[in-house]
Amino acid sequence: MIELKKVCFKQEDFSLVDLDFEVPFGEYAIIMGKTGSGKTTLLEILCGLRFIKSGKIFLNHKDVTNLKPALRQIGYVPQDAALFPTMNIAENLGFALKLKAYSKVEIKIAIQEMAEDLSISHLLNRYPNQLSGGERQRVALGRAILSKPKLLLLDEPLSALDLETQQDLCQILKKTCMEHRLTTLHVTHNSEEAKQLGDRIYKLQDGRIHSGSSMILAS
Amino acid sequence: MLLADVLYLFSNQGTAMVEVFEALQSPEIKSSICLSLLSCSLSAFLSIFVAVPIAYFLATSEFRGKHLVDAIMDIPIILPPLVIGMSLLILFQFAPFTWKWNDFFPSNSSWADRSLNAWVVYQVPAVIIAQFTVAAAFAIRTLKVSFEQLDRRPEQVAWTLGCSRYQAFKRVSLPQVQSGIIAAWTLAWARSLGEFGPILMFAGATRNKTEVLSTTVFIEMSTGNLKTAVAVSLIMILTAFTVLITARVFGNRGLPI
Repeated sequence: MIELKKVCFKQEDFSLVDLDFEVPFGEYAIIMGKTGSGKTTLLEILCGLRFIKSGKIFLNHKDVTNLKPALRQIGYVPQDAALFPTMNIAENLGFALKLKAYSKVEIKIAIQEMAEDLSISHLLNRYPNQLSGGERQRVALGRAILSKPKLLLLDEPLSALDLETQQDLCQILKKTCMEHRLTTLHVTHNSEEAKQLGDRIYKLQDGRIHSGSSMILAS
Repeated sequence: MLLADVLYLFSNQGTAMVEVFEALQSPEIKSSICLSLLSCSLSAFLSIFVAVPIAYFLATSEFRGKHLVDAIMDIPIILPPLVIGMSLLILFQFAPFTWKWNDFFPSNSSWADRSLNAWVVYQVPAVIIAQFTVAAAFAIRTLKVSFEQLDRRPEQVAWTLGCSRYQAFKRVSLPQVQSGIIAAWTLAWARSLGEFGPILMFAGATRNKTEVLSTTVFIEMSTGNLKTAVAVSLIMILTAFTVLITARVFGNRGLPI
């Protein structure tokens, strides 16, 4: 589970104030908000890419507020996928496992399994600049999940995709997160997407998660 | 301009060409060519070694006085070359360059009684240091632009996947600036080849010792051997073009297209 307690962030004239919310273990939570409301900043705070002014962040009851990004065990899928351009897709997928010194055979098997789950087996030898938007997002998702995270953060993963690909990826997201029992925080400004995927929805507005704005959609 | 040099070689029914080839057989010129190739390559590698971390730090960090540090890196580019040579000469008159091994650990060995100053000034290392001083500044400038143009998001994602900052830099960012590194190396090499003022001041122009191609042109011109000077100039032009083309060809290899 992820829990934020009175988290405050300030950068120049932008601020997030007293962010207080939690996502229980294994749930799929949605953060909604307008462009510029600080959704991406919130994800970057959770990843440890931005420093907060005050407050505490807990992951599975462990205080991760001052932990480096590498030690937080959070899988992050940015809006632009941010694949590693000099590595092919197989290398992108196996990146975290290679870091953790898994054997070549283990890495190969894990990559193949993930590629089959995400229907990207035919892309393994390609490079990121040879993929479409939807394919990139799938690879970014697979790369994040193969790092075996406790929390998965998705930054508008469907925003740049056509309707058909969106539906396709929606199903993959839901299935993958359930299979891996991942606590997930998904940022979007699309209410249809939120209703389709979210177990609960939070709204970020004026730098705050407003009290009472969370609603449990599925019990 | 380059054509004029070539035409000069073919003047007087080609006799100039013959004389030039004879001149190039001399041991002094051969030694100069060898030292130039060796010192330019070494100073270019040293420049990259120093420039990569500095350029990355300047491109990705925000700190007080950054603009000042950035400007300091440009000093070797804007200073008159002779002044750089003289400054290096003066620098090596101060400690720790004047310390001797014997001052700290008494020994009977002859080398222990020589300071770093004596090992460097007017010796081959002075050639490399003089070339490196200017070449490194150009390498830093070139690589800083490469790092500034780099999307930092993949590196940040690498942090979340378990990389330390160094690992993310080495595995994700550095391969992306491969062509920038090759460009910086080429530029550093070419600058080193053309370096004259700092070498003359700091390393001298002793034949068969610290003479490089640029000082050969100067020595040959001052002794009236125009043909040899032109021939050496052409060698420098050819070498520079070869390095440039090689770097371009290899610079595009291994990159995903």
